[in-house]
Amino acid sequence: MASGNTLEIPSQHEVSTHGAHPEGEPRRRDFLSIAAVSAAGVGAIAIVVPLVNQMNPSADVLALSTTDVDLSKIEAGQGITVSFRKQPLFVRNLTPVEIAEADKVDVKSLRDPETLEQRTKGQKNWLVTLGVCTHLGCIPQGITSGEDRGQYGGYFCPCHGSQYDTAARIRKGPAPKNLAVPDYKFTSPTTITVG
Amino acid sequence: MSFPWAKHYAPSNGFTKWIDERLPLPRLVYGAVGAGYPVPRNLNYFWNFGVLAGAALGIQIITGIVLAMHYAANGGVAFDSVEHIMRDVNAGWFLRYAHANGASMFFIVVYIHIFRGLFYGSYKAPREMIWLLGVTIFLLMMATAFMGYVLPWGQMSFWGAQVITGFFSAIPVVGESIRIWLLGGYAPDNAALNRFFSLHYLLPFVIAGVIILHIWALHIPGSNNPTGVDVKGEQDTVPFHPYYTAKDGFGLGVFLFIFASLIFFAPNLLGHPDNYIPANSLSTPAHIVPEWYFWPFYAILRAFTVDFVFVPAKLLGVLAMFGSILLLFFLPWLDSSPVRSSNYRPTYRIFFWVLVADIAVLGWCGGSAATPGIVMASQISAAYYFAHFLIILPIVSRMERPRPLPNSITEAVLAKKGGTSPAHTAFSGSPVPAE
Repeated sequence: MASGNTLEIPSQHEVSTHGAHPEGEPRRRDFLSIAAVSAAGVGAIAIVVPLVNQMNPSADVLALSTTDVDLSKIEAGQGITVSFRKQPLFVRNLTPVEIAEADKVDVKSLRDPETLEQRTKGQKNWLVTLGVCTHLGCIPQGITSGEDRGQYGGYFCPCHGSQYDTAARIRKGPAPKNLAVPDYKFTSPTTITVG
Repeated sequence: MSFPWAKHYAPSNGFTKWIDERLPLPRLVYGAVGAGYPVPRNLNYFWNFGVLAGAALGIQIITGIVLAMHYAANGGVAFDSVEHIMRDVNAGWFLRYAHANGASMFFIVVYIHIFRGLFYGSYKAPREMIWLLGVTIFLLMMATAFMGYVLPWGQMSFWGAQVITGFFSAIPVVGESIRIWLLGGYAPDNAALNRFFSLHYLLPFVIAGVIILHIWALHIPGSNNPTGVDVKGEQDTVPFHPYYTAKDGFGLGVFLFIFASLIFFAPNLLGHPDNYIPANSLSTPAHIVPEWYFWPFYAILRAFTVDFVFVPAKLLGVLAMFGSILLLFFLPWLDSSPVRSSNYRPTYRIFFWVLVADIAVLGWCGGSAATPGIVMASQISAAYYFAHFLIILPIVSRMERPRPLPNSITEAVLAKKGGTSPAHTAFSGSPVPAE
């Protein structure tokens, strides 16, 4: 550069050596801002995670146990309600008529297609389901004698009018699924262990 | 809003002058709800309900804080602690009934407040933000009222908690996880009751915060009025104080009279008897219904009984129910008529009353058992509800021929009084009391 001509516009090379930068390219200093904001973002998330997660089930709630049910006292056509994980569990001894009625239904026509065979464990008369309507969680009526069993002879949910058939399959109303069958096994001919 | 003729605060003595120079809080109050806030002179009694809603919130917060001094948020003792309040705590029965019926009064007042806005077009430009904040307050109110109703841990409390948290399980994929997160377990239990208590305490203060924004937004354009015509000059307004503080005070007296009648003579009229049965997780009451102020939305939820394409009926119902409220956020843009007040909109006015009747039918359906006839009635009225906002309103607002508007608020007031002599319409200088 010619000496004595201080007004001359500096070349691009000279500018970059003085800390300025070409148009559009990030500066080293921009990276500092990105790194600082990123670190603050990670820190904020690290604080939010436990604040959200504290509401998930605590250790005592997660320590769920199993429930044994004695079937010997339940006659055909009767059902009982047992508490399982703080939720009602329906155990029903189906009559041959109810089994025949459940088998008669064309499975393909159902909203949630399942046969009674698939919903029981070898013994078709023992129908074990959660007593929780798959719509919004009310307990359907029909397990105790004298209650409204709905037009399909199974369960009727009073909250929003869902109707279940003798295999506790959803037939009518807003519920999307059949009453859930929990994990269970026969530990003796007259006892099941649920969970 | 400060119209150019709004009076300015002038400290009257040395002490208020000292305050004003350091923290001009009295100046703020004077300009917001005092003599420094000019308000249209023709407001009718439907304009009382904003203040009444504020009073209702105040009553809920005060009685709520007091009740929380005696209530125990634990499934084992919650129900008994409420009975302890009823029987043992000094005036506990009064405070508990005041809080329970206070919620009903709050919703009555807010529903009238909302319908006032719908009738007089108070949601239209430039007042959209007031409306949006109002819908937000309404959503917060419903969340608060729901969680409060859970606290006594009666049958309706428990099963209401089960059903309402069940809404979230309708969300595809993540729904069940959200429900379990909300409950802190697989069914409503201590964890749920405990956190609902904490949030029921928190939300009223959030509501109070949004109300401050609501009033702030209102004070930018100032109040709407029954003619929907903008304020043109000083003769159209009177200072808020004393004219409307007095009128609101009278309205508050009537409100408290009705409120006291409920508390003292019919405290359980609006409640559900099943909530006097302790929560039983193994039995759902046969006639479970939500509180009356949720009935219309509950009817919309129940109206969806069949799946549509790939969307299950359960999800449809939940979407429709939330949609029926979220829809209100779009109202200012669905109604394109430049005329605000229904007094000058002959066609809209008819459909407004049809909507009111439709919501009344929805409410009646929501409070009844879900028999086929009731479900069909709620399907028709739910369909009409959506049709009103999404089809009828946009069409009517484009097609309708409004009646001629008065030139000013003052002209409308004087025409109604039968005197239209020019002497009265001239600028009088001094404010004229509201009718």
